[in-house]
Amino acid sequence: METNLVIEVDRVSSQQVEQCYHCHKCTAGCPIVGAMTYGPDLLLRMVSLGQTETVLRSRDIWLCVGCFTCATRCPNDIDIAAIMDGLRRMALERGFPAGERDALLFHRLFLGVIQRFGRSHEAFMLGLFKFLSRVPLMNDVPAGIGLFVRGKIPLLPEHFRAPAPVRRLFQGKRL
Amino acid sequence: MTYSYYPGCSLHSTGLEYGLSTRAVFKHLGLELNEVNEWACCGASSAHALDHTLSLALPAYTLSKAQAAGHDLVIPCAACYNRLRNADHAMKHDQSIRSQLETMLDFEYSGSVAVRPVLAVLAEDVGLERIRAKVRNPLEGLNVVTYYGCLLLRPPHITHFDDAEHPHVMGDLLRETGVNVRSWSHATDCCGGSLSLSRSDVVQQLVGRLAERACEAGADAIVTACPLCQVNLEMRQTGRVKIPAFYFTELLGQAFGLPEANSWWGRHLIDPRPVLGSMAAAA
Repeated sequence: METNLVIEVDRVSSQQVEQCYHCHKCTAGCPIVGAMTYGPDLLLRMVSLGQTETVLRSRDIWLCVGCFTCATRCPNDIDIAAIMDGLRRMALERGFPAGERDALLFHRLFLGVIQRFGRSHEAFMLGLFKFLSRVPLMNDVPAGIGLFVRGKIPLLPEHFRAPAPVRRLFQGKRL
Repeated sequence: MTYSYYPGCSLHSTGLEYGLSTRAVFKHLGLELNEVNEWACCGASSAHALDHTLSLALPAYTLSKAQAAGHDLVIPCAACYNRLRNADHAMKHDQSIRSQLETMLDFEYSGSVAVRPVLAVLAEDVGLERIRAKVRNPLEGLNVVTYYGCLLLRPPHITHFDDAEHPHVMGDLLRETGVNVRSWSHATDCCGGSLSLSRSDVVQQLVGRLAERACEAGADAIVTACPLCQVNLEMRQTGRVKIPAFYFTELLGQAFGLPEANSWWGRHLIDPRPVLGSMAAAA
């Protein structure tokens, strides 16, 4: 059972986790590592040790912002950001709760807006996020008003419906 | 010269002045921008976080629209640029992904559209000499650091732009306007991107360090080429002294003496006019 995780992660991310020799460069350059529990290097080690639950429940996979610093610097050309993407999808498929609930909520709301309007719409998305997230309600309200009065948060979407080909891309997806 | 233009969602909202200044600068240089017909969101970091196919199909849709127009595709937003390059790269190098996307979007990928950031078009097609010749209002006395962030440069086998660890194109362009470009070590650091809403504490810390280091380097302002970086920089600084973040296109427009430049400054969350004013006083 234990080695299956490596095979599965390799498959979902099109990478080769086993190429990693733990030089630690990814963790050394990761901008978010301070907020993570393990950091990318340790996470890859846990993948090779088959620690499925710990990895898929970790907040680290949801904190990764996809800055590609690790992928750019890896001496073995492992795209660690792509592995993080794969781990997130695996966590969702297996029904693990997201280690960072609001990060997942943001992604879902963002894609929900694209599905409906074809383009992002801040007023709609931020409004929903405010009420559904655990971020204190009044956080960012002054900044939001600041953006609004500067004409940067239009109240109405540019289009009320996404173009048909874009709507089709979302068919059958449960995000 | 005519280009297809993909503003992306940010340039119609939080990055409004990036779009306005890009259009103004291109017009002034005699370059035509034709907005891609019926473009859609690129999916940004949310699509590739949750669904691989969608993260390629959304940008491929806009690419299919640009393909019909037939010109080079110019993209100001770093995230849009990254996602469209990614879809283009996947369709060029992976036959099965290509046929999958072609079927989903009912088009035939030709690979003929060059996907380019604004910085590359200005540096390569216009050139530093022509930029210099257009400067009417030199920005001497203004000290800045250039800030590229992540997605314009990384991963380099996708972006194929500038040097991933030591980029210089933005500085090259800005020096032609008389700006004093200070050196610093944080040009390619991450601002925290899409964690801005869910973990603003993380973004505050990253942005705070960037602002602090920019000040240490002697800069009055940070210059960016990404709408998400810009809004994070101006929205997430918590220090007593806050420094503004310009788009490089705004400084070019100001240096060219474009009258509409004055309508951009009021759009910033951190008003950059004191910085521009002190430059005038110093000169």
